[in-house]
Amino acid sequence: MEIATQTQFHVLAVDDSSLERKLIEKLLKTSYQVFLYSVTTVDSGSKALEFLGLKEDQKSNASTFPYQKETKVNLIITDYCMPGMSGYDLLKKIKESSALRDIPVVILSSENVPSRVTRCLEEGAEAFFLKPLKFSDLARLEPHLSKSKNTPEKHNLFKSKTVMMKKRNKRKREEEHDEMHETVGVTGPKLKLTPSD
Amino acid sequence: MDYVNLRRQAASLRKSLFDQGYLDEQFYQLEDLQDDASPNFVEEVVTLFFRDSARLMANIDQALDKCVKDFNKLDVYMQQLKGSCTSIGASRLKTECTFFRECCRDENIEGCMRSFQKIKREHSVLRQKLESYFQLLRQAGPIECATRPSK
Repeated sequence: MEIATQTQFHVLAVDDSSLERKLIEKLLKTSYQVFLYSVTTVDSGSKALEFLGLKEDQKSNASTFPYQKETKVNLIITDYCMPGMSGYDLLKKIKESSALRDIPVVILSSENVPSRVTRCLEEGAEAFFLKPLKFSDLARLEPHLSKSKNTPEKHNLFKSKTVMMKKRNKRKREEEHDEMHETVGVTGPKLKLTPSD
Repeated sequence: MDYVNLRRQAASLRKSLFDQGYLDEQFYQLEDLQDDASPNFVEEVVTLFFRDSARLMANIDQALDKCVKDFNKLDVYMQQLKGSCTSIGASRLKTECTFFRECCRDENIEGCMRSFQKIKREHSVLRQKLESYFQLLRQAGPIECATRPSK
């Protein structure tokens, strides 16, 4: 077991749906177990900016709100479609801010719209994922995170966690498969074991 | 109380939900996320889903009742519903949501109405089945209590 670093790894998740926030938070907590981490979830872009210490109507370069060390954020994951400020608008504000622009921002969307993807990546998003977010998405994020000066050193933890989940998953399915065959006594189509990466 | 039997019933119901296309792979993800720290995670997420979806469907009902149909608004509501369905793996519901949205795009109000009736039915059936499933699980108790069936 790796010794956790002193650095807090803090993720800010933004989504107007409480269901999505619950899922994202659990996914992050399960993936990042080894870190001293924290996850903050907010339900709007404006609340996200508030948390980050940036006022919505503030001029981008005038950082009159000093970026609090206690609320230092290492990764922002935001939904694209939100009432009021969209994920894209939030992304823009973050990238326009000298204090915040180095924080990696990931966009989540329920729709695969190529122009939307391009727009976000061009604006500086690290990644654009289709909902629902998966372990494999977080694993793919890893190289992007190590680029940021805000992230602590960590290696291969996503992968090991994903492998562990797959093993547990497989074991569970095998147990259930055994149970089913005993009760039902038919050879139905085998359940697909794990979502493909 | 026959925990083994209850557990088998729960497993059987779960399997039928997948076999009959009510649920898809995403539901596995929810199960994967359930652990000692969140022992009721799946049920909590499903509860949130039915709460949110009921609210959205009430909004859609209202919007469909109006004389002037706002297809954009209907589409936005349905997009949200579809998103939630995707997140919990509610496969059949998701498919019907897609069809509804196509009707919106074609401004086919009859199609929307028919589709929405189907959505309401599917929603109700899924809710019943999942409620039964979680009830069985609760009755069966944590898996450590159940004895392994003899081979």
